[in-house]
Amino acid sequence: MSNEANLHSHDSHDTNHEHHHETFITKYVFSQDHKMIAKQFLITGMVWAVLGGLMSVLFRLQLGYPDSHFSWLEDILGKWWVKDGQITPEAYYALVTTHGTVLVFFVLTAGLSGTFANFLIPLQVGARDMASPFMNMLSYWFFFAASCIMLSSMFVETGPFSGGWTAYPPLSALGSASPGSKTGMDLWIIAMALFVVSSLLGGLNYIVTILNMRTKGMSMTRLPLTIWALFFTAVLGVLSFPVLLSGFILLIFDRNFGTSFYLSDIFVNGVGALPNEGGSAILFQHLFWFLGHPEVYIILLPAMGMVSEILSVNSRKPIFGYMAMIGSLFSIAILAFLVWAHHMFVTGLNPFLGSIFVLLTLLIAVPSAIKVFNWLTTLWRGNIRFTPGMMFAIGFVSLFISGGLTGIWLGNSALDIHLHDTYFVIAHFHIVMGVASMFGMFAGIYHWYPKMYGKHLNNTLGYIHFWITIAGAYLIFWPMHYEGLAGMPRRYYDYSNWESFKQFADLNRFISTVAMIVFATQLLFLFNFFYSIFKGRKVTSLNPWQSNTLEWTTPLRPGHGNWPGEIPEVYRWPYDYGKDGQDFIPQTTPVGEEESHH
Amino acid sequence: MTIYLTIAVIILVFLIIFQISKASEYVGILKGEEQNRKNANKVNGFLMISFLIVGLIGVWYCNDLLFSKTLLAHSSASVQGERVDSMLWITLAITGIVFIITQILLFWFVYKYQEDDKRKVFYFAHSNKLEFLWTAVPAIVLTGLVIFGLRNWYYFTSDAPKDAMVVEVTGKQFGWIYRYPGSDNQFGKKYYKNIDPASNSLGLIWSDNATLNLKDDPASHDDIVTEQTMYVVKGKPVKLIIGSRDVIHDVGLSQFRLKMDAVPGIPTTMWFTPKFTTAEMKKITGNENFQYEISCDQMCGNGHYSMKGVIEVVEQEDYDLWLAKQKPLYLQSFPDKDPNAPKTDSTAKTIAKN
Repeated sequence: MSNEANLHSHDSHDTNHEHHHETFITKYVFSQDHKMIAKQFLITGMVWAVLGGLMSVLFRLQLGYPDSHFSWLEDILGKWWVKDGQITPEAYYALVTTHGTVLVFFVLTAGLSGTFANFLIPLQVGARDMASPFMNMLSYWFFFAASCIMLSSMFVETGPFSGGWTAYPPLSALGSASPGSKTGMDLWIIAMALFVVSSLLGGLNYIVTILNMRTKGMSMTRLPLTIWALFFTAVLGVLSFPVLLSGFILLIFDRNFGTSFYLSDIFVNGVGALPNEGGSAILFQHLFWFLGHPEVYIILLPAMGMVSEILSVNSRKPIFGYMAMIGSLFSIAILAFLVWAHHMFVTGLNPFLGSIFVLLTLLIAVPSAIKVFNWLTTLWRGNIRFTPGMMFAIGFVSLFISGGLTGIWLGNSALDIHLHDTYFVIAHFHIVMGVASMFGMFAGIYHWYPKMYGKHLNNTLGYIHFWITIAGAYLIFWPMHYEGLAGMPRRYYDYSNWESFKQFADLNRFISTVAMIVFATQLLFLFNFFYSIFKGRKVTSLNPWQSNTLEWTTPLRPGHGNWPGEIPEVYRWPYDYGKDGQDFIPQTTPVGEEESHH
Repeated sequence: MTIYLTIAVIILVFLIIFQISKASEYVGILKGEEQNRKNANKVNGFLMISFLIVGLIGVWYCNDLLFSKTLLAHSSASVQGERVDSMLWITLAITGIVFIITQILLFWFVYKYQEDDKRKVFYFAHSNKLEFLWTAVPAIVLTGLVIFGLRNWYYFTSDAPKDAMVVEVTGKQFGWIYRYPGSDNQFGKKYYKNIDPASNSLGLIWSDNATLNLKDDPASHDDIVTEQTMYVVKGKPVKLIIGSRDVIHDVGLSQFRLKMDAVPGIPTTMWFTPKFTTAEMKKITGNENFQYEISCDQMCGNGHYSMKGVIEVVEQEDYDLWLAKQKPLYLQSFPDKDPNAPKTDSTAKTIAKN
């Protein structure tokens, strides 16, 4: 390979190409290099994933062992969180709320698309950096500021916000109705507002870079599916996050300036009747879910894109139905904006309006089915290499099927009226959105780690990580379907007083135990990640997965600017695997005269 | 002490796993990376197909273990719930078939087509025929489900029958208040600023109030207000008018397969026809302590989990007996207005009131 000559050129590159004097601060802190910003997003996201996971372990401790006393926990966390060795209801709800907020926004939005959009877009479209590296840097630091404020809300006297990640008013608007809605909620809103700004700065950058900065020959239909997915993700974010922000601004007004956008006819125990009249609590839900539903796809699409790429590379076969994959991404992106009220079937929504949302919601199953069958056909008659990244990609498909199918149950309003807000919903969205996207993220990390750090992760640890995680994920969430079919409501601190639900005490203990094991396994992954940065096996090939895409034409550790010389030109789509008996044909290889057309 | 022991054990397990992983990496380098990769490939291919088999057995085992605990194990307690159940079964059948087929294909393919030096991959990039097939088939099946679902949806959200009894349910942090219209069959007006937690929990307008500009509504005088337990009649449709006093709650009736939010300022409704009395349900479920529970299904504050109500489904005659014992809230708050009450020194109270 001619590329091998570049193997050791990065040293000279560092001194020659686009060299400006870099201090520790400009290189690692206020970096404008998209690759460094990607790592910043990734590591901040990982910190949040650990915290968010730890929170779930804590509240699972309460659900699994409601009668046990953990006095050591009290020593660590203090009296507000743990009283007499038991997690208090206030702490339980704070944990549930923060777990949801952090995982949805900070880990699976910023940590996932923040990391991989930043890392992959310039490398895969053939650009030296983002369209605006400065804005890109701001995007990270807004996220960092949001993180700090969210974290600080955990330490205020009245406790962090505890009204659920959806923050429905009036509960979120009235400090008198819940202590968590006092200072904790103020900090929560500020953190979320900063987060929205971060997403917008990032998203605009991604869109502009993809549209304007593709290298010569890189037409839109020669883009890897990762880029298409990240493109639609960014479009979704840019169009929907401002609506969420406007909803939050109205909420700030209701909380602090006496307006009544969401408040009407309220009498709070111990306080009395409030003066607010004429508002609608449902209005917030419309504004929230107008982001909230696209948000699900903001989380899912990057994972889908990366999985498509990784499945194809490791099957040594082209992705099946490239255009259909783009088409289904596009239709999912459009439909994502037209289904938000399926979260609101039981709010007293006009039944006719509800029926439109049923139709549009179930319509999403069609592009989803196309994607699944295309993935399956991609695997069919391939020559599959089980790299850890590939394993997680396969796991993603399995989870996406399992969780996607229960969406057909919940999207049908006549069933939702029974299953809404039960554990069935928890099982559904954790499998299809939470765990599946997490698998997409793991797949991405395992696959692009050699490009990020020039080292390999330990494969054996990767396999252990995969098998425990997928088995654990199913063991945790599969039985929850049954709890939901028994009507067991979510967000309950304790079920022992309920004749209909206390029968699940044993099952809850089982689920909690598995959750702890799975959480411990993630620490193993973290260890692998950080250990390998320093001590991992060195990457010896420029293109370790024998992949077609452009990022593998850069030097081992590309500097700022990515390619030491000219940016390579692109002559073909990225999925020529196994064509004309050749294992792979990189995008930079010109089309031969004898070559067949696909 | 146990906690330190647990932590020590966890760390030990970590170390062992890590050492094994490191060792296997070294062995790999010694044996040749390529050979090592191929061995790992074989192991993982085998694990994939094993996962499928163990997983499918697990699905069956889990169902065996837990199905009897779900509501589907016995018949629905409401007429409407029967339709929910039949829809659940049909949706389960369709998604279940798709689930089993696709999962088998996925894991079978990855097992069968694991790397093999002899295999030449099939360059297969697209096929309009196949794409059309798996666009059209899901679309047709889903259309069927949508039509089926919407017919039920319109039935559930339709107006309650004329002869339905009406009960108003109001959520508050953290409990439920029920109101029956009383002998005039009409709910009196209420206003939230008129609420007095001790004597007038719903803010019924039963006297003139100049500051709030309210006029006495005599229809409120015979309204019956209770907490804890709601009484309804077996076989008779009941319409709930649902509201909230403070934040959003949700009337969750899992046995009847229905739920509806309670939103402050925006009344909602829901109706159903109970099929079995509470006593009958005790026999059906085989649970002596069975209750129809109202669970709050919308996060409403730190006491959310304790916001429990009870519905007692009884025969008509038992209901009439119960109703006869109830005293309108107005008369509870103003005993002197009760024509049946023994006359005591009511003048003093009247003066105090004025």
